[in-house]
Amino acid sequence: MSDAPSLEVRNLVKHFPIHSGLLQRRTGAVKAVDGVSFAIRRGETLGLVGESGCGKSTVGKTVLKLIEPTSGQILLDGEDVTHLSPGRMWHHRRRIQTVFQDPYSSMNPRLKVGTIVGEPLENFGIASGRDKDERVAKLLERVGMRPDAMNRFTHEFSGGQRQRLGIAKALAVNPDVIVADEPVSALDVSVQAQVLNLLIDLQDEYKLAYLFISHDLAVMRHISHRIAVMYLGRIVELTDKRTLFSMPMHPYTEALLSAAPVPDPSKKKARRIIVQGDVPSPAKPPPGCHFHTRCPYALPKCKVEVPPLIEVAQGHHVACLRRPVGASPEPLTPTA
Amino acid sequence: MSILTVRDLATHFHTRDGIIRAVDGVSFDLAAGETLGIVGESGCGKSVTALTIMRLIPPETARIARGSVEFEGRELTRLSEEQMREIRGKSISMIFQEPMTSLNPVLTVGTQIAENVWRHTGVSKQQARERAQAMLDLVGIADSRRRLDEYPHQLSGGMRQRVMIAIALSCDPRVLIADEPTTALDVTIQAQILDLMLELKEKLGTAIIMITHDLGVVAETTQRVVVMYAGRKVEEAPVEELFARPLHPYTHGLMRAIPRLDADAETAGRRPRLKEIPGMVPRLDRPIAGCPFAPRCDFATERCRVEAPPLEDHGKGHLAACWETARVQAVAA
Ligand SMILES: Nc1ncnc2c1ncn2[C@@H]1O[C@H](COP(=O)(O)OP(=O)(O)OP(=O)(O)O)[C@@H](O)[C@H]1O
Ligand SMILES: Nc1ncnc2c1ncn2[C@@H]1O[C@H](COP(=O)(O)OP(=O)(O)OP(=O)(O)O)[C@@H](O)[C@H]1O
Ligand code: SF4
Ligand SMILES: [Mg+2]
Ligand SMILES: [Mg+2]
Repeated sequence: MSDAPSLEVRNLVKHFPIHSGLLQRRTGAVKAVDGVSFAIRRGETLGLVGESGCGKSTVGKTVLKLIEPTSGQILLDGEDVTHLSPGRMWHHRRRIQTVFQDPYSSMNPRLKVGTIVGEPLENFGIASGRDKDERVAKLLERVGMRPDAMNRFTHEFSGGQRQRLGIAKALAVNPDVIVADEPVSALDVSVQAQVLNLLIDLQDEYKLAYLFISHDLAVMRHISHRIAVMYLGRIVELTDKRTLFSMPMHPYTEALLSAAPVPDPSKKKARRIIVQGDVPSPAKPPPGCHFHTRCPYALPKCKVEVPPLIEVAQGHHVACLRRPVGASPEPLTPTA
Repeated sequence: MSILTVRDLATHFHTRDGIIRAVDGVSFDLAAGETLGIVGESGCGKSVTALTIMRLIPPETARIARGSVEFEGRELTRLSEEQMREIRGKSISMIFQEPMTSLNPVLTVGTQIAENVWRHTGVSKQQARERAQAMLDLVGIADSRRRLDEYPHQLSGGMRQRVMIAIALSCDPRVLIADEPTTALDVTIQAQILDLMLELKEKLGTAIIMITHDLGVVAETTQRVVVMYAGRKVEEAPVEELFARPLHPYTHGLMRAIPRLDADAETAGRRPRLKEIPGMVPRLDRPIAGCPFAPRCDFATERCRVEAPPLEDHGKGHLAACWETARVQAVAA
C-alpha cells in the first residue's frame, strides 16, 4: 500500500458544449467544472458542498469515469487513470464505486435483490452461482439486512432499506473509493440516521475513501473529515470541518453556513446573511471572482481578477482576494 | 381565535388493493396570523391532510370518510365545487410539494399570476397584470416587467418556487398552506423564501400551515407543531416545548436522529453515532391494533400492542397519544 492518496484530482475541467440554431452549431460551453483539485486519503471523507448546479455531480461522474474530463488529471492510489485502455478501465471500475441519490429509480424493479446486489460480482468474474449467493448474503448482513431479502423485489423495501441495498452492491467488489452523491437527501431524518451510521461503520472497517456530495450542512459536518465548498465550477474553500464551521473565510461559505436552519427553536436566528439573487448561469459565469455579483465584501478588483485557491493558513485553502496568505479569520467589513 | 378548525378528519383511498386510511382522525386549530408546523415520516398523511382541506383529493378514489373542516364559520367539506373554487386561491391558497408540475408550462408567468387575481377580484385584465408584476417584485424577482412574459422553463428552480408563492399570495389569502415549500431548494434560496413568507405574514396577517420534514425549518418558522404518524396526530405542542420536552417516543426518536450543526460533532476525533428509529411505518391498508408506533417503539409494553392510546393533555397546550409518556420524559431528562 503506497502513501499516495486513494483519490486525487488535479486541475479538473469539464465543459459541456452548448449547441443552438438550426444547424446545431456549437455556440458556447457550460463550464460545469472549471479547475478543481483535491486529494482524499484512505479512510477519509471529503465532503463536497455548494449550491445547485455548481458542478458537484459532474466532479463525481468524472472521477467515476462516467464522463470524460475536458482536461486535468485523475489519480487512483498515485496511478494516473485519466486515460485508460479498455482493459485497465475494467480494473478501475472495480476500485471506485458509487452510491446514488435516488434509491427508487436506480434499481430495476423487475429484478430480485440477489441479482441486483450480486451483479458486480458476476460482471467482474469474482463469483457466480452458489458462491455469489453466499457473498451476497454476507453483504446483506453487513448492511444490516436479513439474507432472505435476496429473494424479494426492491419495491418491497423502504427508502432506507433500498439505500442499504445500494451500499451493499457498491461494497461487493471491495472498492477503495466510494463516490456518494446525495445518498441521504431523499430520506427522512430517522432513516437518514441509519444510512449515515452504516457508511461511517463501513469506512472505519475497510478504510474506504469517500467523496461525499450533499448540500445538507449538518449531514456534511457529521460524516466528513474535510470539506470542499464549490461555487460555479470552482472550489472556493477547502479545510478540515472544524475550521470550516468555526472560522469560515470565504464570503460564500459564510453565507452558506448562516443560511442553514438550525433545529433548535431557542436559537431562532435574529438575522441571517442572505446572499441575494440566483446563482449566475455557468454558461455565462461572471468575470473575475465568480461570486462577486452576490458578495457583500466585493472590491472593484474582484470583478476582473480571478482569485486563486491559496493556503492562507495550515491546511486552510481559500479563493478570495480579501483573504491573502496569513489573513486573519476575522469577519470582513462589507463594502458600501 | 381559530380561523381554520379541523376535527376528526379522515380521508380514505378506495383502491383495488383495499382501503388506504391515509388520514385517520386528525384534529387541529389554526389561529389567525399563526404558523403551524406539520411534521412526520414520509407517507404519514401530511399532503393528503392539506389536499383534503383544499378539497383537491382525486374524486375517483378518495373519500372524506368523516370529520369536518371549518373555515371562518363555513363547513368546507360540504361546499359545492363552485363554492370551493371561490375560496381556493383567494381565502386559502396552497404552495404544492412539486412546483414543476403545478405551473402550466405553456402559459407565461405573468398570465398565471394575473389569472388568479382577475378570477377572484373582478379587476380589469390590465390591473391584474399590474398586480402580477407587483407580486413578482414582492417575492424578490428582479426585472419583473421582463419576467412577466417568460415561461416557467426559462426560470431557475428557486425562481419558479417564488412564482408559485407569488400566485399563492396574489389575493392576500387568510390561510396559506405550504407543503414542503423549500425542500427542493438550496439553503441560500431556502433562506430567502422562508424570510419572504414570514415577512408577508407580518404584513398581511396570513396564517400559515408549514408542512415539512426539515426540523430546522420547523424550529425557525413555526409557533406550534403537529406531529403525525400513520395518518394520525400523535403529538402537538408549542415549538419550544416540543423540542425541549418531546413526549411521544416517535418525536423523541426524531429529535435524536437529527445530525446537529451546532453540536460538536467530533468528540475526540470520532464521529458519534446518530440515533436511529429502526423498522418501517405500518401499512395503512390494514386496520392498526393498539398504538401505530408500537412495533418500532423502545418504550412499548403489552398494552401498547392491543389498546390504542388516546390523545391526552399534558398542560401548556402539549398533547400526546402515548401510554408511556412518563417513561419517555424520564429518559429525556
Ligand atoms: N450532460 C450535460 N450536458 C450539459 N450540461 C450539463 C450536463 N450535466 C450537467 N450540466 C450542467 O453543468 C452544471 C453543473 O451540474 P451538476 O449536475 O454537476 O451540478 P450539481 O452541483 O450536482 O447540482 P445539484 O446540487 O442540483 O445536483 C449545471 O449547469 C448543469 O446544467
Ligand atoms: N392518490 C392516492 N391513491 C392511493 N393512496 C394514496 C394516494 N395519495 C396518497 N396516498 C397514500 O396516502 C398516504 C399518505 O400520503 P401523503 O402524500 O399524505 O404523505 P406525506 O406525509 O405527505 O409524505 P411525504 O413526506 O413523502 O410527502 C401514503 O401512504 C400514500 O401512499
Ligand atoms: S474575491 Fe471578492 S467578490 Fe470574490 S468572494 Fe472574495 S471578496 Fe467576494
Ligand atoms: Mg448533483
Ligand atoms: Mg407530502
